[in-house]
Amino acid sequence: MYKYDSYDQAMVDTRVEEFRDQTRRRIDGTLAEEQFRPLRLQNGLYLQLHAYMLRVAVPYGTLSSAQMRMLGDIADKYDRGYGHFTTRQNIQYNWIKLEEAPDILADLATVEMHAIQTSGNCIRNISSDQYAGAAKDELVDPRPYAELLRQWSSFHPEFLALPRKFKIAVIASDTDRAAMRLHDIGIQMVKNDKGEIGCAFYVGGGMGRTPMIAPLINPFVPLDQLITYSEACLRVYNRYGRRDNKYKARIKILVHELGKEEYTRQVEEEFAHLLTQGIEPPLAELERIIPYFADPAFEAGASDDLDLSDPDFALWVKNNTVAHKQAGYVIAVVSLKPVGGIPGDASADQIRLMADIARDYSFDECRVTHAQNIVFPHVKKADLYTLWQKLDAADLSTANLDSIGDIIACPGLDYCSLANARSIPVAQKISERFAPKQEQIGELKLKISGCINACGHHHAGHIGILGVDRKGIENYQLLLGGSEGADTSLGQITGPGFSEDGIVDAVEKATNVYLANKEGDERFLDTYRRIGMAPFKEAIYG
Amino acid sequence: MKILTGNDLKTGAVIWWDGQGWSLHVEDAVEAGDHAAEILAREEAARHVNSSYVVDAEQTPEGIRPNHIKERIRALGPTVRLDLSLKPAEPDAGNWVI
Repeated sequence: MYKYDSYDQAMVDTRVEEFRDQTRRRIDGTLAEEQFRPLRLQNGLYLQLHAYMLRVAVPYGTLSSAQMRMLGDIADKYDRGYGHFTTRQNIQYNWIKLEEAPDILADLATVEMHAIQTSGNCIRNISSDQYAGAAKDELVDPRPYAELLRQWSSFHPEFLALPRKFKIAVIASDTDRAAMRLHDIGIQMVKNDKGEIGCAFYVGGGMGRTPMIAPLINPFVPLDQLITYSEACLRVYNRYGRRDNKYKARIKILVHELGKEEYTRQVEEEFAHLLTQGIEPPLAELERIIPYFADPAFEAGASDDLDLSDPDFALWVKNNTVAHKQAGYVIAVVSLKPVGGIPGDASADQIRLMADIARDYSFDECRVTHAQNIVFPHVKKADLYTLWQKLDAADLSTANLDSIGDIIACPGLDYCSLANARSIPVAQKISERFAPKQEQIGELKLKISGCINACGHHHAGHIGILGVDRKGIENYQLLLGGSEGADTSLGQITGPGFSEDGIVDAVEKATNVYLANKEGDERFLDTYRRIGMAPFKEAIYG
Repeated sequence: MKILTGNDLKTGAVIWWDGQGWSLHVEDAVEAGDHAAEILAREEAARHVNSSYVVDAEQTPEGIRPNHIKERIRALGPTVRLDLSLKPAEPDAGNWVI
C-alpha cells in the first residue's frame, strides 16, 4: 500500500488545523453559513436530511487494517455505531456533529486518511478495480497510476473550481469492474504492439439525468505523458464546460455537444502545448510509487485444496470468492447485503472485525467495492474456512455476490436531502422476496437510485430502479438492460412507474420472463438482450 | 399552516420552531403566520438555527403533520432505522411518514 511521505502528511495535517479554525469561526459567528458551506464541503462535510454527514475518501478503495479499524472506531466515537460504504468506494457517517468534525479529521490523519475533495466541483476520489493486484486477468496493478493521478489532482489549483464534479476511474483488465466507461474520464492500462504499457483514455461518460457511455478518444497515451494528457482533457473541459446550467455542466455534455472528434482535436491541441511546458512528473516518481503496490510475500506452493463439506461454506465459496493470480490463494468478498438489510451499512464492530481479518488473513489489506462490499484481496485457501467462520459469526457471510440480493442502493430519502424517494426499503423488500430464488436466478445486478442523480447506478443495472416524486408520493420507474462491465449499456425504462410494493411485483414479473426464456447459461442480461424489451413489457403491464 | 424548521448549528439535529425556541419534536411546532421571515432572520443571526426554512404542514387529530414526505422523514428519522429515530419504541412509527 502507498505510504504518505512528509509532504502528504504535512498537507493533510495542515488542512485539519485549517478546518478546525474555520469551524471555530463558524460556531462563533465570524463566518456565515454561506461563507462556511463551501469550506465544509471541501472537507467532505455535508448537511443532510437528519444531521451533518461526513464522507471519507478511500483512494482507489484500498485500506490497511489500521485504517479500517479507525473507520470502525470513528463510527463508535463520533457517530451512532455504524458507517455506510458508498458507490465511490468511500465511507459516509450520517450523524456527525459539526463541533466534532475537526477531531474526526485529526483522527483520520493519524492513519493517512482525510475527507478532502469528497465533495464540490473538483476531481473526486480516484476509483479502481477492487481486485487490483490480485486478479488473474489484469495487465498490471492499476493502483500506482491511480495514486499518481491522486497526487496530481489533490489541491490542483486549476481544477478546484470546475464547472461540476469530476470522477476518474483506472482499470487494467478487459473485465471492467469499476464502471470505467461511466466516468468523466475512464483510463484502461493497455499494452501496445511494441509491448509498452500505456493508457487508453475514455472521456465523457457518466450517469445522472443524462447518462452517457464514454467514447475512446485516445487508445494509447504513453506512461510518461499520463498526467499531461489528463491535464489537457481537464483544461478543455474547464475552459468550455457549461457553467450557466448545472444540469449541463458535466464533461459528458461538452463531449456530446462538441462531438468526440472536435473535443479530441482540442485536447490534442492543448496536449501539444502542454508538452512544451514540461509539466509531467519524472518517471522516477511513478517508479517510486510502484513498489508500494508490490505483491505481498505469497507462500510458494500453497495448497489449492478446499474442504467444502460444510454446505453453507461451499455456497459462499461458490458465490463470494474469485480466482486469484497466485496458486493457493483466493479473493474473498464480504457482502454487505444481508437478506433484508441496508446495502452498504456495517456496524462499528463489523468494521473492526473486518480490519482484524485483513490483518490476519489478507496481508493487512482490504478493499471497498463500488458495489458497496468489502474485499480481502489475498487470502490463503488454507485459511478460508476459518475466515468464513469469523464472518459467519458476525452476520457477514451472506453468499449473494452479484446476485439479485447484492443490490446497490443509494441512501435515498431516508438520509439524503436531494432524494425524491426512499431506496433502502425497496432494496430490503426485493432482498427478502428473492432470497429463496437467488440461486435459480443467478447473476443479476439490481441497482436502485432515489433520484435522478443516480448515486445508486440505476442506469447500469441489469434491472434498475429509479425513485421519483409524483406530487409528494414515492413512485418507482423500472429499467432493464443496463450494464457497467466491458459490455457497458444503459438501461431502458419499461413504462409507467409503480408504488413501493408494485415495483417489487414488477421485478418478479421480469425475472419470471427471464426464467421462462433463458437458454443455456444465459444471465438475465443475456436473455434480455436476445429477446428484447417487448416480452418483459407484456408481462409487466399486459 | 406554515411551520419553521432548520438544523442545530453545532449538532446538525433537525429542529422546529415552537414559538419560544427550537424543539427536536415536530409536535411542538407552531404556526409561524406572517412572521416567518422575521423569525428565521433573527434566529439565524443568533446562530440558534442553521439552514432554516418554512414548511407547509397541517394540524391533524394526531398532531402536526408536514405535507411533504421529505419533511415527515426529517421529523421522524430514517424509516429503516427506527431505533435511531425519535420514536425508537414505536415499531409502527414509520407508517406516519407514508
